[in-house]
Amino acid sequence: MTAASRLSEQGYTYAYLDEQTKRMIRRALLKAVAIPGYQVPFGSREMPMPYGWGTGGVQVTAAIIGPSDVLKVIDQGADDTTNAVSIRKFFAATAEVATTTATERASIVQTRHRVPETPLQEGQILVLQVPIPEPLRWLEARESETRKMHALEEYGVMHVSLYEDLARFGRIAKTYDYPVLVEGRYLMRPSPIPKFDNPKLDKSPALMLFGAGRERRIYALPPYTRVESLAFEDHPFEVETWEQCCALCGATDSFLDEVIMDDRGGRMFTCSDTDYCNQRQAAQGKPNPDTLGGKA
Amino acid sequence: MYVAVKGGEKAIDNAHAWLKALRRGDPSVPDLGLEQIGQQLALAVDRVMTEGSLYDRDLAALAIKQARGDLIEAIFLLRAYRTTLPRFGVSEPLDTARMSLKRRISATFKDLPGGQLLGPTFDYTHRLLDFTLAAEGEMPAPAPESEPQDEGPVPRVADLLGDQGLIERSAADSGEAAAEAPVSDITRDSLRLPAERDLRLQMLARGDEGFLLALAYSTQRGYGNNHPFAGEIRCGQVAVAFTPEELGFEIEIGEIEVTECQMVNQFAGSDEAPPQFTRGYGLSFGQSERKAMSMALVDRALRAAELGEESSAPANDAEFVLYHCDNVQATGFTEHLKLPHYVDFQSELTLLRRLRAEFFAKRTQAEEKEAAE
Amino acid sequence: MTAANPLLQVQGLTKRYGDRIGCAGVSFDLYPGEVIGVVGESGSGKTTLLNCLSAQLEPSEGSVIYDSRSKGPLELYSLSEAERRLLLRSEWGLVRQNPRDGLRMGVSAGANVGERMMAVGARHYGEIRGRAGHWLQQLEIDAERIDDRPATFSGGMQQRLQIARNLVTEPRLVFMDEPTGGLDVSVQARLLDLLRGLVRDLGLACILVTHDLGVVRLLSHRLLVMQKGRVVEQGLTDQVLDDPQHPYSQMLVSSILPV
Repeated sequence: MTAASRLSEQGYTYAYLDEQTKRMIRRALLKAVAIPGYQVPFGSREMPMPYGWGTGGVQVTAAIIGPSDVLKVIDQGADDTTNAVSIRKFFAATAEVATTTATERASIVQTRHRVPETPLQEGQILVLQVPIPEPLRWLEARESETRKMHALEEYGVMHVSLYEDLARFGRIAKTYDYPVLVEGRYLMRPSPIPKFDNPKLDKSPALMLFGAGRERRIYALPPYTRVESLAFEDHPFEVETWEQCCALCGATDSFLDEVIMDDRGGRMFTCSDTDYCNQRQAAQGKPNPDTLGGKA
Repeated sequence: MYVAVKGGEKAIDNAHAWLKALRRGDPSVPDLGLEQIGQQLALAVDRVMTEGSLYDRDLAALAIKQARGDLIEAIFLLRAYRTTLPRFGVSEPLDTARMSLKRRISATFKDLPGGQLLGPTFDYTHRLLDFTLAAEGEMPAPAPESEPQDEGPVPRVADLLGDQGLIERSAADSGEAAAEAPVSDITRDSLRLPAERDLRLQMLARGDEGFLLALAYSTQRGYGNNHPFAGEIRCGQVAVAFTPEELGFEIEIGEIEVTECQMVNQFAGSDEAPPQFTRGYGLSFGQSERKAMSMALVDRALRAAELGEESSAPANDAEFVLYHCDNVQATGFTEHLKLPHYVDFQSELTLLRRLRAEFFAKRTQAEEKEAAE
Repeated sequence: MTAANPLLQVQGLTKRYGDRIGCAGVSFDLYPGEVIGVVGESGSGKTTLLNCLSAQLEPSEGSVIYDSRSKGPLELYSLSEAERRLLLRSEWGLVRQNPRDGLRMGVSAGANVGERMMAVGARHYGEIRGRAGHWLQQLEIDAERIDDRPATFSGGMQQRLQIARNLVTEPRLVFMDEPTGGLDVSVQARLLDLLRGLVRDLGLACILVTHDLGVVRLLSHRLLVMQKGRVVEQGLTDQVLDDPQHPYSQMLVSSILPV
């Protein structure tokens, strides 16, 4: 491994983390998979990127990645946003790993704020970066108390906040990081994905791993786990819809980003998932100057 | 190998190239050497080592140079490097009673064994800009030296009080099991609450100087007052000893400079304990004296509940203090707001438009109804 | 009257703090629908006793057996913390002296009343809201105020809201700690009147801690007089108040104006 030996010359090991740290993270991951939705404390390390910029996701990826993996990194659904580029570059350099933008070709997808539109398959792993793992945090600031609430399954207060939304706005006003109940037991934050993506978590064939570096927590959804978005019987969970379709590929089933065109209120809507959009455009035979990739 | 490349990558590379050029600044101005930083910005180096939790003056100087003087950035660089270093083991506890002193003051006794030693300090300087420093090449006269007085170790004030039973004993001199228990490592484990004092002190030792200073100050202004006296502040070289398992005996591996502060605080006593003084403890690398004092005050404030005192001030709240004192964590999360949040914002925008539409529809309805009546 | 099983059987309940006694050797039975008042000066151990009885403070000695609706008699302190906390939000109510301690000040009155329903599994918004509205009216709070936050309520209204929040899950036993403590005299009188009606109509059993003999005269059937952590006299309320036997009870009764 030339890249690996180059790195060790610089004093860093494969995928940056030392083997003992990787083992510690893998133990936490195993526990997380064994107790879906439960937040496992782990000895998060200082990473060469700031806390809050994906250190949890990066540590999880570093602990599971190997030279035969194919890695995709997205931020806001896009492969070309700066932080996604930065993290992809980090692993290309430290783990000598192939990268891709095509969701279906990736064995590991690290993401911030989105679940890809292309349905994930068995054998794929989605790694989500988590800023605040505790779903009860805004209702109870104390970690010591929220841990007890999880242990005792005291989740009534979460519904109090949904009730309050309904009373004030006539609808549930949570639009992203929408709380879910995992296998009928643990209340979980799905990370700040739009609630549009919540249904993709339910019984997904892929393994989903959640890493919160600064808050030092790891949690997981093993494949085919039941994930239920909280709601009331008479106000069921619903996702965002748009009147528009994607201006580039015409998709009506994807999460749309609003792009401001001018200073007179002109705007258009395009897929937030750039890979999904590009693939649809290619299938429609549209020439796409934006096509990603090249032989390196 | 298939590697994805995009425009964002170019932008990042260009930005970093620009940053590099700016860091160097005007090439006609001489480059700043690490030795210059280590020698002439020594207190910055001390702070970076303390909060970076790594005693290495050269690396700290390098981090300061690379960070363009942004000390939190430098601390971050040092921490990220530190985390990759292998652990050989844990040193023996530092014996600060055997410190070779550069400075030693006590605010509680006018004179005491070993005496007061003012040392190199800004205290009692008049804060007037010294324009002779602006003129290059100023060379101060050598500092006067006294005859070395080798009278052996200078006892710590807390030990002097302790010998009379006037102050609580530390776990180490009471020979309690706690002193023998393995010390947790906050850089390897997740912080769990309630945190024992070893973990609290570790968090405070690497905590942000400004944050701890403000908290310490707040306790003096009545938010959790603990009536402190600066029992002793000492700064100097202290030996680091290590016992390799294969040898089974202690060997000295070097000396480091540290500042130790022991605050002496009132305590009324309880059912179990007689009235006595209690301590707040602070330790920092180099001459980070403000940090050591702040740490000692906050350490004591965090013990309020355990000592049965009122503990409702911010500085008494362990969860609040420990979760927010780390500037690398704080800066990362605060600055992460710079990252794109298009998707969450889009979700909020969609909801807001819908709520506004409902609001205006309701108002129009009400107006029509009013007009009809 | 047939002998129903006691709802609460208290035997030799003692709580020590180090050498100091919080309460000592307290024994009594509480029957369904019965209101027992606990009186004494501040520092007499009333609140310690209340906390021990309501599963919030583990006693040093003694036992508290509660006859639960679903599982029959339970020894409180052999239950897990989860079971104790469940009791506290289903079969029991707890009314604190300061309504701010017992309310969620950041959410609406409706959410405050609805919380206990949601905590035990209610998931139909319309029903939760309907029942919250009903209980607000029961406590003489205008149903129009259902979406207002408690901070906009007067002290008396806040206290009534706290009581509504407790009664919504139809508890069998309610613990009250100086429920009229911080209120004006006229507001107190109205609240007492309301409480008396509710306790009677709902058949609630109550443990009522207060230093105010006027309150127990109106509400409680029986009385425990506490001094220095011990019960120095117990009996029917009128009997104790009109013909106190223990010197401390005599002093307590004579120190207040007739009610």
